[in-house]
Amino acid sequence: MLKRIFIGLFVLVLLVGLGMIALAWRPALPPIDPPVASNFPEALIAKGEQLAGAGYCATCHTAKGGQAYAGGFGLESGFGTIYSTNITPDAETGIGRWSEAAFTRAMHEGVARDGSQLFPAFPYTHFAKVTDDDLKALYAYFMTRQPVKAEARRNTLPFPLSIRALQAGWKLLFFDFDTGVYQAQAGKSEEWNRGAYLAEGLGHCSACHTPRNSLGGERSDAVYAGAPIDGWLAPALTAANAAPMPWTQDDLYTYLRSGASIHHGVAAASMSEVVHGLAALPDADVRAIAVYFADRNGSAAQAANADQALAKAMALAQRDPGVEPEHGARIYLAACASCHYNGGAAPLPARPELALSSTVNGPDPGSFIHIVVGGIGQKDGMPGAYMPGFGDVLSDADIAALAAYLRGSRTRQPPWNDLQAAVAGVRRQGNAAP
Amino acid sequence: MTNFNINGRPVSIEAAADTPLLWVIRDLVGIKGTKFGCGIGMCGACTVHLNGRAVRSCITPLSAVADAAITTIEGLDPQGQHPLQKAWIETQTPQCGYCQSGQIMQAATLIKDYPNPSDADIDAVMNGNLCRCMAYVRIRKAIKLAAEEMRGGAAHE
Repeated sequence: MLKRIFIGLFVLVLLVGLGMIALAWRPALPPIDPPVASNFPEALIAKGEQLAGAGYCATCHTAKGGQAYAGGFGLESGFGTIYSTNITPDAETGIGRWSEAAFTRAMHEGVARDGSQLFPAFPYTHFAKVTDDDLKALYAYFMTRQPVKAEARRNTLPFPLSIRALQAGWKLLFFDFDTGVYQAQAGKSEEWNRGAYLAEGLGHCSACHTPRNSLGGERSDAVYAGAPIDGWLAPALTAANAAPMPWTQDDLYTYLRSGASIHHGVAAASMSEVVHGLAALPDADVRAIAVYFADRNGSAAQAANADQALAKAMALAQRDPGVEPEHGARIYLAACASCHYNGGAAPLPARPELALSSTVNGPDPGSFIHIVVGGIGQKDGMPGAYMPGFGDVLSDADIAALAAYLRGSRTRQPPWNDLQAAVAGVRRQGNAAP
Repeated sequence: MTNFNINGRPVSIEAAADTPLLWVIRDLVGIKGTKFGCGIGMCGACTVHLNGRAVRSCITPLSAVADAAITTIEGLDPQGQHPLQKAWIETQTPQCGYCQSGQIMQAATLIKDYPNPSDADIDAVMNGNLCRCMAYVRIRKAIKLAAEEMRGGAAHE
């Protein structure tokens, strides 16, 4: 009897294993001689450059201080670090021997030229929606970059997660093979559909703004509900966003175009990379993305109450911290008020108002702590605007007290918990932008 | 090598990326109007302008100012005749004078934002600039005087 069970189990494991191999097996596509740059029309390359901006490919495919698109950027996946690969047209270490068909297959199906499965840290689940025409332009752009010789760094995924063939199983669970390229939704404007195409496809917005399940798949029951990323918080892009002022179409547009919204705050960390990428796109495309998300978050319905929300926030902003004895209030006065104070009925563009801030109002203190510790560079957020980091001069307890004070005095949100531990956590992580 | 502009003059500085801007200004560029106070961004004595806005130079690393325009007290007005500087003298604001370059640089940003600042505006924005001689009442008076001149009014009480 026992023997039978063993044999049964053995056969089952064998079948599952064979099934996985069969499922995962994809043919290698024949290598090509690296194409000559002059074979690609200028206009196509220029279009590809824009699209590479829309997908901020450079953010993940360029190591800190490294050469553009030569890979080596480490993405902390929660399972191990996955290093991006070299997508310059170098024949040996890059994609120089990839045909357009191989490039298209990688973008649409997550399969490398040699037939191996790519990890979903590469968001092919989104790129599957990109049209062949746009991929043609992207291919032209990347094949005409300067080839850089740079071997891919080894991922630190533990066995068995490191087995690429197993990714076929992940795909079965979380990749909708039938999606195909983006199909315009009937009943929505052309502009809305353009925005949706950019956001859901190359923009892969939900890769950060949608929480993931324990296997790293985006949760279809919580689309755009907001998610932690490297200790920061990618805020909700739905009506659940905690900012006091609605994210209207105009606010979204200004934020995505300029890196700052006077009613919400500035782009930081990987979101500033998004803004830099989108800079390649024409105004109409950025507007389309704003139209799409303004519709999704239902901000039009809240717009009627915006004046009231602003008045309420400004009333909180103008409390006199001089009469408040908390340690956090003292720190605010000494270190923050000179730049963040706003008098009057509306904030000034150069004085990010903490009572309106998406970060101070957000459900998680991670982004707030990151900004206090590491500051905001001239290239983040508003171009040229700068905030020094206070990580070296404020203790964990100081930052926790400041966070508690601002959360309690500038917002009507529930308190953040375990702040001191959260500060320590952010310090351990370092302030490296993801 | 970090390139930036100070008081309209381009400079290239070779120093560790985390060198405080204050050190760079005083010891490497060699202009001394900007003062060291606390070294932790809590007193305001080291305030300069980065791209036109007040920042504490003691906690601003060199790496953060690449390609930026820095203005120190020496560059606020080529002749030292900024309305704030004139008002400072007219009201005899400083006592020992150590904090005043930082006070004036912060006040310049304040007046840019609030051309007609209320006491509350002045108190909030200037709170991070300490004066151990307790010249706060005269500082407030000088700021209002300078703001008035900048608005085009008479510069006298």
